[in-house]
Amino acid sequence: MSEAIIPALPTQAPRRRLGHAGFWLAATAAAAILILALRGMGSEYAYFAATFVLQYVVLATAWNILGGYAGYVNFGAAAFFAAGAYTTVAVSKAFGLSLLPCIGIAALVGGALGLGTGILTLRLRGAYFAIATLCLSVVLQTFIVNWSYVGGSRGAYILRPRDVPLGFDSYGGYLCAVVVVLAAAAIAIARSIEVSRLGLGLAALRDDEAAAEAAGVPTLRLKLIATSISGAMMAVAGAPLPYLGSYIEPASAFGLSYAVNAIAMPLIGGTASWAGPLIGAVLLASLQQAATVTISSAANLLIVGVVLVVFVCVAPHGIIGLFRRRR
Amino acid sequence: MEGLSRRGLGRAALAAAITVPAMAKAQTAASGPPIRIGYSMSLSGGLAGNGRPALLAHRIWAEDINAKGGLLGRPVQLVHYDDQSTGAQVPGIYTKLIDVDKVDLVISGYATAIIAPAMPVVMQRQMAFVSLFGTGVNADFKYDRYFSINPAGSQVKETFAKGFFDIAMAMDPKPRSIALVNLDSDFHQRTAESARFLAKEHKLRVVYDRAYPPSTVDFSPIIRSVQAARPDIVFVGSYPPDTAGMLRAASELRANFALFGGPMIGPHITAQKLQLGPILNNLVVWDVYAPEPTLQFPGTQALIERYQPLAAKENTDALGHYVPPLAYAQMQVLEQAVKRVGRIDQAALAADMHANSFDTVIGPLRFDALGEWAEERNLYTQYQGIQGNGIEQFRKAGTQVILYPPRYKSGDLRTPYTAGA
Amino acid sequence: MDPDLALLLNGVVSGLLLGGLYAAAAAGLSISFGMLDVVNIAHPAFMVLGALIVALLWGATGLDPLLLSILLAPAFWALGAGLYVIYHHFFERRGDEAIQGLAFFFGVMFIVEVGLVLAVGPEQHFVDAAYAATTWRLGEIDVPLRMLVPAVVALAAIGALALFLRHSFTGRAIAAVAQDRDALRLLAIDPIRIKRLAFGISLAFAGLAGGALVVVQPVDAWSGHVFIGRVFAIVIMGGLSSLGGCVLAALAFGVVENVTASFFGPSWSPAVAFGCLLLVLAIRPQGLFGRMA
Repeated sequence: MSEAIIPALPTQAPRRRLGHAGFWLAATAAAAILILALRGMGSEYAYFAATFVLQYVVLATAWNILGGYAGYVNFGAAAFFAAGAYTTVAVSKAFGLSLLPCIGIAALVGGALGLGTGILTLRLRGAYFAIATLCLSVVLQTFIVNWSYVGGSRGAYILRPRDVPLGFDSYGGYLCAVVVVLAAAAIAIARSIEVSRLGLGLAALRDDEAAAEAAGVPTLRLKLIATSISGAMMAVAGAPLPYLGSYIEPASAFGLSYAVNAIAMPLIGGTASWAGPLIGAVLLASLQQAATVTISSAANLLIVGVVLVVFVCVAPHGIIGLFRRRR
Repeated sequence: MEGLSRRGLGRAALAAAITVPAMAKAQTAASGPPIRIGYSMSLSGGLAGNGRPALLAHRIWAEDINAKGGLLGRPVQLVHYDDQSTGAQVPGIYTKLIDVDKVDLVISGYATAIIAPAMPVVMQRQMAFVSLFGTGVNADFKYDRYFSINPAGSQVKETFAKGFFDIAMAMDPKPRSIALVNLDSDFHQRTAESARFLAKEHKLRVVYDRAYPPSTVDFSPIIRSVQAARPDIVFVGSYPPDTAGMLRAASELRANFALFGGPMIGPHITAQKLQLGPILNNLVVWDVYAPEPTLQFPGTQALIERYQPLAAKENTDALGHYVPPLAYAQMQVLEQAVKRVGRIDQAALAADMHANSFDTVIGPLRFDALGEWAEERNLYTQYQGIQGNGIEQFRKAGTQVILYPPRYKSGDLRTPYTAGA
Repeated sequence: MDPDLALLLNGVVSGLLLGGLYAAAAAGLSISFGMLDVVNIAHPAFMVLGALIVALLWGATGLDPLLLSILLAPAFWALGAGLYVIYHHFFERRGDEAIQGLAFFFGVMFIVEVGLVLAVGPEQHFVDAAYAATTWRLGEIDVPLRMLVPAVVALAAIGALALFLRHSFTGRAIAAVAQDRDALRLLAIDPIRIKRLAFGISLAFAGLAGGALVVVQPVDAWSGHVFIGRVFAIVIMGGLSSLGGCVLAALAFGVVENVTASFFGPSWSPAVAFGCLLLVLAIRPQGLFGRMA
């Protein structure tokens, strides 16, 4: 017998990652800094632009939980988004509640809608689920158009309250701060899911559902959880919409651009992590907002289309994918 | 393909348009810092078919006034952004116009869905706001510096369909039943409400009352159901995509009603006039302007004649009978108020607009407390004697006669409507 | 005849005619989505592209629109083949079809739509086919030629396609590539070439559907939007890779929409039609005629 001992390989120190609490703290700090910075600028237009971009951050992050982590493409993001917006309309008409409780109720409605979609499509895979969400969009829009309490096709007017809450200088500033907080929370939730066991399960689901089931991953339960959380967050993204323009009507609330952006932004940023939707949303929404007030023509949508096509061809794993490959 | 871009053509057209009055030798040239008028306009998307003629009418006004020495001696400059027919873009555009571009005056874009989202921004900045083709926008906001260029007035329910019903009840024998068909849209829900209200007043039996969604492709089930209900008259509300489908279906199903029509927006667009041709004969249509001798105001004919060649170059609505006169009037209201007040003062302008009347290309206007027209001017017209699909017949009087209101009446009702048969 | 019965019969007949138009729109997608697994969400946009080109050519030459769309078919086939080459190179090769391929077609849809607006403007374009003003009367039933002729031409084309798929060598290769592309390779047939051919056919049918659409109604750059949901719903309801199922589902869709409109009011038509789809998905996810995957 040889006395040779195989020398132990030097172990790599495990990569240090921020724990859950640490990330939430960092997100809160970032949100606070952003709110103060915008308050410092005090420009109404900066508030609007920031609100426009951040609502897409929430929408894209929410979409990515189901689309990027679990691999189930949701074509009907506009349906959940509009559901949140119309929840605000219905609840403020019925009970006179202000924005914050409306957001909470919108989350419940979106979650229920997501759960329902999940149950209905549990036997379907891939493209079937995507088409089913598209049909859900049509059915929900027909329902809203025929529901006169929320205005139907006439649209609904939601007047901003006269007194600006919490001592902000204008309602636009208040709205912006709310959306900043929502965006930070959305990112923190996405990241918590990503590094948790739920995230691991979803990744297994995404890579090969049959193998995951064979390995004992409770795919059905995970799918339902993912659709519910995703739906709830998309509805939350839509809840402040009526206050942005004080007027909302079904054609624009269910607009195709929400559905497309919800898919395009995570794709451009990178679907594998929480940072992807954030980067994609900031980039694409800022580009669109800038184009609206400069080029200002039909070419705006052309930009979205071209950027999407180019990115998807050249950087299929998004911007994050480009950086990861270099390492 | 680049040379055919709309912007390039627009600029070329404007350049061409400017040189013409310049050759006519304007008296004093406008000088000093420009007065900037900011707004959003739908140059792409579903509303662009009307947004682009509106913008063209605004540009004609701008260079008309600059040729005559400007506003308060200063040149006017139009600052506009394309809202892509999307209401969600509007608050951002107006915020930028007011806060960043620092425009002096604002007006609205085209249609309720584009006007309403601008209200919170405009109200916060307390600016006077003249809007174009919006219905009932100020009912909830109750903003005292809002003015609407829309013939419907503020009593839409009581007055919108009055012309239609007055024409109907003057028929012999009197109709006893009515069918209501309308597109599921903001404007048509209101007009249908007016028709329902007036049907009850006139004790007409409503035998069919349904709305249809914008995604409808086949209109024959609707026409057939209406025929099955056997109404004497039919009140229809639709937008251009569906109007053509509805009238084609009526033609195919041999529709035959004593009175058929209403706010069917469709023939207002030149392309549809040409497409439908004789199918339009005896159709009673709500409109805002028709080239009839009874409806001529100072400047109207001149505007139409200026507009048409420019529209041909820019490939936009050829006749310009629908939106351009009202869009031009929108600017005239602003212009006359500024001239009377003598300075850019939003509160004074608003007070002036409430207190005085205006002479515009669509006639004298007065505004009520909510900014709507004190006196509604819903025209009910009827297409008569159309032959073939040529455009020249639509330029002449007598093709679209005005039946209501009585003071502009230029022809008599022809009955029945048979969809060109 | 009892008026309600007449209404029902007319609703069914007009629904079948409408379904013929839907079948034209969905047939191409049945090939690209059903057989090739390419989620071409830009299919209705290509249909509108075809419709507008036909409208412009009709204005210039006066030839029958459906004839024009058949003449355009080779051009659309070439467009489809080229598009598939790009799609394959960037997505299928890398195995990224699921989400990235989808997003690619979304982008293509926007480019086509906006390109159309910039090229022909936002107004509607229309054609006046020679037979469009005629309506046949069969007793109480009205059959407008404006709907009948496009439906018949479309169904004839689909029938020809079905024969091609069943009886020609290439056609059977296309059907085979849907089932097992590796087995196809073992037979020394290049699956990529077959798929390219098939995708070209899919887009050629989009062009034909465009010709049919512009005969039925005036078309503008965004007319495709109302068809996106409908065509995917029809393909799924019929069962992927079943052309016959697709046609039957399209006819059923038209009938459901029109009968609902006749008796319950048109505002409920979309919900009823898509509700049927959701029901089919819940009960029989492989579609009415599809095979279990």
